[in-house]
Amino acid sequence: MMQKDSLEKPKNNQKLLDNIAPFATEGRSGLLPALHMAQEMYGWISESVAATIGHALKVPLADVFGVIDFYTMLYSRPVGRTIVRVCADPSCSIAGAKEVLDNACDYLGVKPDETTEDGEWTIESTTCLGLCDQAPAALVGDIAITSLNADRTSEWLALDAKQPVSIIDGDIRVLTRDCGGSTPTDLETYQARGGYLALSKACAEVNPVDVIEEVKVSGLVGRGGAAFPTGVKWESASVAEGQPKYVVCNADESEPGTFKDRVLMETNPHQILEGMLLAGYAIGAQNGYFYVRGEYSRSIEIITEAIDEARCAGFIGNNICGAGFDFDIEVRVGAGAYICGEETALFESIEGKRGFPRIKPPFPTTHGLFGKPTVVNNVETLCNIPMIIRDGVDVFRSYGTDKSPGPKLFCLSGDVVRPGVYEVPFGVTFRHIIEDLAGGIKGGSLQAILVGGAAGAFATSDELDVPLTFEDLRDANLPLGSGVLMVFNELRNIPIILSELAYFFAHESCGKCYPCQLGTQRQYEILHRVVRGKVKRGDKERLLDVGWTMTDASLCGLGQTAATAVISAMDKWPDLIED
Amino acid sequence: MNKNVTLTIDGKRTTVPEGATLLDAAVQCGADVPTICYHEHCTSYGLCRLCVVEVEGQRVLAAACVAKAQADMTVSTASERVIRARRTILEMLDSAVDLSEAPEIEDQLNDYKADRERFSEGWERECEVVDDNPMFIRDYSQCILCWRCVQVCADDAQYAFAINFSGRGHETSISTFYDQQLTLSTCVFCGQCVGVCPTGALKPKREWLLETGHEQDEIIKLTQAKRRKKKRRQERPYQTG
Repeated sequence: MMQKDSLEKPKNNQKLLDNIAPFATEGRSGLLPALHMAQEMYGWISESVAATIGHALKVPLADVFGVIDFYTMLYSRPVGRTIVRVCADPSCSIAGAKEVLDNACDYLGVKPDETTEDGEWTIESTTCLGLCDQAPAALVGDIAITSLNADRTSEWLALDAKQPVSIIDGDIRVLTRDCGGSTPTDLETYQARGGYLALSKACAEVNPVDVIEEVKVSGLVGRGGAAFPTGVKWESASVAEGQPKYVVCNADESEPGTFKDRVLMETNPHQILEGMLLAGYAIGAQNGYFYVRGEYSRSIEIITEAIDEARCAGFIGNNICGAGFDFDIEVRVGAGAYICGEETALFESIEGKRGFPRIKPPFPTTHGLFGKPTVVNNVETLCNIPMIIRDGVDVFRSYGTDKSPGPKLFCLSGDVVRPGVYEVPFGVTFRHIIEDLAGGIKGGSLQAILVGGAAGAFATSDELDVPLTFEDLRDANLPLGSGVLMVFNELRNIPIILSELAYFFAHESCGKCYPCQLGTQRQYEILHRVVRGKVKRGDKERLLDVGWTMTDASLCGLGQTAATAVISAMDKWPDLIED
Repeated sequence: MNKNVTLTIDGKRTTVPEGATLLDAAVQCGADVPTICYHEHCTSYGLCRLCVVEVEGQRVLAAACVAKAQADMTVSTASERVIRARRTILEMLDSAVDLSEAPEIEDQLNDYKADRERFSEGWERECEVVDDNPMFIRDYSQCILCWRCVQVCADDAQYAFAINFSGRGHETSISTFYDQQLTLSTCVFCGQCVGVCPTGALKPKREWLLETGHEQDEIIKLTQAKRRKKKRRQERPYQTG
């Protein structure tokens, strides 16, 4: 047991009230920022602190607790001064994450989720940290460290370990043109390379409707996983009745295997901001929210600085580019919930509620954030916008295929020689990316590629020559998802990978609708039996019934895709589960 | 003037007013669409998904309680996919929650030929009965998370906001602020939550005490609201010359 008085107690409520005063004016929408503030001040959120916040923001106390208990990075009980979070998802797991965690637990003398007696450390096994290319990875406090050595626990706990630096490479460097190195591109450099030209050009000479038309004609579709046509989304929000309108950048990247948005944020933040500004200009919005997952503290810092830089330079604020266009961007920080990457759950989170997805329709373009017309775009999607407006649709469409135009980022992790972010035009093959760019398979021959993320499907060597386009992947029954290629060599145990994915979904299900709330748990239990060699008669059929029920009947995309990888594996390897 | 829409449900053409749900339309057609979380006086959130139906051309099944009827939809209320989803949801629910005091759901389990042993090894949401007030008890091992109690406690009826949720996913539960006693919460003991609870999760305390074998006079003692007259602490003003 830890000593109770080892943590700072809220002796003086006034300090807390002063700190949360800026959020109190926002009412309920200020709840998550206020809770983050309290978590930072005290290391956890006690009943009295939560009550103070609830009263200040006029949020019912039961609701305040409901929000605290929903997010894994907010604690309603005392925890250690430093929280260590070791990733346990497939890319990290095959790189030895379990040993890293076990050794760290032994070293600290605690089990996962426990706190050391001196109140210094709490250690947790966590879901994907977006560092899959540098596995195994962990957060020590809010510092990300990578390529951990299980035998050097004391060193990495003292932050003597590699800091994240991703390999960024590819056939083309369009979205990643200014990305590279370990420092982000600052405003001056960004501008010197044509940055904010698209914005000033649009403000000076292009009508908002024409901006939307350009984006429509470009054929750009969302890069977050759903592949919805961006221009159509913008048009719908632009013509929707209701003011104000909002632009939301979805940077809640949390899907195991995905880290491209982190790389984009950490290397070239202004490109994303310019995309948001153009979206705001096009749909007639004055306010933007940049929602970043709480685990990405470096991204949060870089984006916040870039916003300040752009504001000082007159690209954010009032009368932008002297064209009478007003737009401001506020950073919002998630608190550990994959579901908040679902667009409507993200709105709920900004509004200070539990991240429960809403029923659609109505869609965000008419009833989005605060019930108003909203465009929500993924980080990578927004990065395409400046080049489309600046260089024109033809340049954009010169990459890729007719039906899948443009550049695309792929996240390579697992058993490849050079894991990292690779930019290619749509239409190159799996083989090209894996063998020519990422240096081929490491540690044996190829067994499988998990395509699209945790909610993806498996490809094998038979599919290595499938071109990576929406149309070809659809024919091959593979999702593009968020651009994940998680590679497994022949030595890897597929059922273990499936059980890890199942654990992820069970952990991240919000619990709103029955199929996902119950199904993600049952799916994990069955796969856990499979891994332990304790398969029960009928488990195969059970797994399929649970999987198809989640797929068909769940309320949101999380539940609808929670079984995709499992069903795909059972289809690919019919003997995988013998019952 | 109200507009109408005409659609086809299980092969029958039917006309409903614009804005009607597929559940309304199905009921009008005489189709039997089962529901659990749906309550006509509460906001529908489409939680239980037992009312799912198959709409031609749509990728996934639609929750009939919230999906709006649209012109020329072709809806099947009992397709193979629909039946599998309903049966599996019921089987999974049965394995997680004590449904012994939810006769309507037990009927549904029979209707859909659910195998009640199918997921019996799964994690069951067992917990102790919460007996923290003289009015009603809370047995969350019987809670199916239909949300009705939270809704009526909040802006569907009472605006007391005494309860919300804790945890998430399979670990979700109904909870007060930091799990405090209801008597310390903003609960006004209106009883609306008990009224809308479809299982035995929320139960009047008298009923519970009777069931657990207590005698009448004992029950009266246990459920008597303790009215303590507050002593007047203020000093009486006296004239002082």
